[in-house]
Amino acid sequence: MLELNHVYTRYEKVECLKGITFRVHEGEMVALLGANGAGKTTVLKTISGLVRPTAGEIFFRGKSIALLSAEEIVRLGIVHVPEGRKIFQKLDVLENLELGAFVRNDPGETAKDLEQIFALFPVLEKRLKQKAGTLSGGEQQMLAIGRGLMSGPSVLLLDEPSLGLAPILVSAIFKMIEEIHRRGKTILLVEQNARRALKIAKRAYVIETGQIVLEGSADEIRNNPAVQEAYLGGRERR
Amino acid sequence: MNAHIELFLQQVLNGLTIGMIYALIALGYTMVYGVLQLINFAHGEIFMVGAHLALLMIWVLTSFFAGVPFWLVILGVFLFAMAGASFLGAAIEKTAYKPLRGSPKLTALITSIGVSFFLQNAVMLLCGSREKTVPEVVPNLRFGLGAVSFSLVQLIIFLTSLGLMFFLTWFVKSTSLGRAMRATAENPEAALLMGISVNRVIRVTFMLGSALGAVAGALFAMYYGSINFHDGYLAGIKAFTAAVFGGIGSIPGAMLGGILLGLFEGLAAGYISSEWKDAFAFLLLGAVLIFKPSGLFGENLPEKV
Ligand SMILES: Nc1ncnc2c1ncn2[C@@H]1O[C@H](COP(=O)(O)OP(=O)(O)OP(=O)(O)O)[C@@H](O)[C@H]1O
Ligand SMILES: [Mg+2]
Repeated sequence: MLELNHVYTRYEKVECLKGITFRVHEGEMVALLGANGAGKTTVLKTISGLVRPTAGEIFFRGKSIALLSAEEIVRLGIVHVPEGRKIFQKLDVLENLELGAFVRNDPGETAKDLEQIFALFPVLEKRLKQKAGTLSGGEQQMLAIGRGLMSGPSVLLLDEPSLGLAPILVSAIFKMIEEIHRRGKTILLVEQNARRALKIAKRAYVIETGQIVLEGSADEIRNNPAVQEAYLGGRERR
Repeated sequence: MNAHIELFLQQVLNGLTIGMIYALIALGYTMVYGVLQLINFAHGEIFMVGAHLALLMIWVLTSFFAGVPFWLVILGVFLFAMAGASFLGAAIEKTAYKPLRGSPKLTALITSIGVSFFLQNAVMLLCGSREKTVPEVVPNLRFGLGAVSFSLVQLIIFLTSLGLMFFLTWFVKSTSLGRAMRATAENPEAALLMGISVNRVIRVTFMLGSALGAVAGALFAMYYGSINFHDGYLAGIKAFTAAVFGGIGSIPGAMLGGILLGLFEGLAAGYISSEWKDAFAFLLLGAVLIFKPSGLFGENLPEKV
């Protein structure tokens, strides 16, 4: 469904992605793991059109999207929930959700999606008129995901949704992501919490300094000695 | 009525009138700053061009359509000036500022000063450098009691400005495009991820701000009865002061800042000296920048310019 072929991306003179190739099939949840600065966020930004690849191809449902604008990519049904939430703090919760649906003009379906989001994140419905900046970290993450879902996407790109959350909230957020996936969304999940991510994803890729160094089923990745050492062993919290 | 109170009320009325005009211009500064963090120094010239477009339309309407009711003339003048100025605003944004997106803020700031000189000189070449008399379109009526009174033009200034401010507030608060504008102002990258065309939002912001500035120009022309190619300079700096006073980036701040500045100026003209009223605005700008650079409604400090 989503396919990257030898994608290169650079910021000014620094090459950040050096020939990234991977695919995400319809209905799949795939994890993208890697250390700080490996290029995970850049991969998502390249897909969602925030930065342009300098070489390589990106296909969505067989259509080349590498040169489309961010707006066109949202319209196609790919939504990027950014790292650090990036909700509109000065706007209220409802306005944030409405902005998520900015590109849509199917009010009936949009209203249904809003109901679904309330069912998934009941706390948002209670805070509709509250300024988003006054929400707790966990609530802000739920809002960021809810806002993404409001565009009615078929693919969700989630960038470190558990970042900075208390352990109990981390579990809650992962449960919600699983639920969203169960309801039919294709998900590309970027995480530093490899242990958790590998529990809910079916397959995973590992990125190191702009290159995919490992790929396989979640089990294979989990049991790979190098991964155990780098991403699971030292950082493990029992 | 006591003569002291009469003088006071009269100066308040006159001050509020010019304050409304400052507020309309200040909105253009603050809106553009909100989405681009750019102080568009050419905005004063948009006001000046608006005044000239208004004069042009007044000539046309009074020469070829004599007998048309005055309020229709005014409406035609407003619409023409707004259309012309928003087109000009969009053109300036596209040719002068858009290519500089992503380069240092100072580059765009200096460019805006260049655009400002360009517009002044263009109008001077096209219309001459003499003071131009604006034909009287609004009947010379006065309302009031005793020595305190206001003219029909003043009433029109109040109603038009308040109407436009209410419209703008509603637009920004309640329409999808207005929401997109606030989102872009807060976080352009996140706005892109919503599928908002940030370029379009910026263009619309320039057009709206320019249209408001043009109405201010038209009102100014009708109020003072004469205009010149350099009228945008002082009015622009004062409106900029008003925007900073209110908290640059804040829409209610620009409105309140403009009205208060006009009020202070009216009182300074009445009680101190009318020659010093212009200096008063600069004094206020200095004081705000020193003591409260974030202004009345500002949340974040503007970048130093
Ligand atoms: N706007 C930018 N300009 C220049 N370099 C950048 C920019 N954004 C990221 N980089 C660099 O690109 C590399 C990859 O960054 P990226 O944000 O994609 O990493 P990441 O894997 O998401 O890291 P993290 O886990 O910390 O979020 C880093 O070396 C980073 O310094
Ligand atoms: Mg990242």
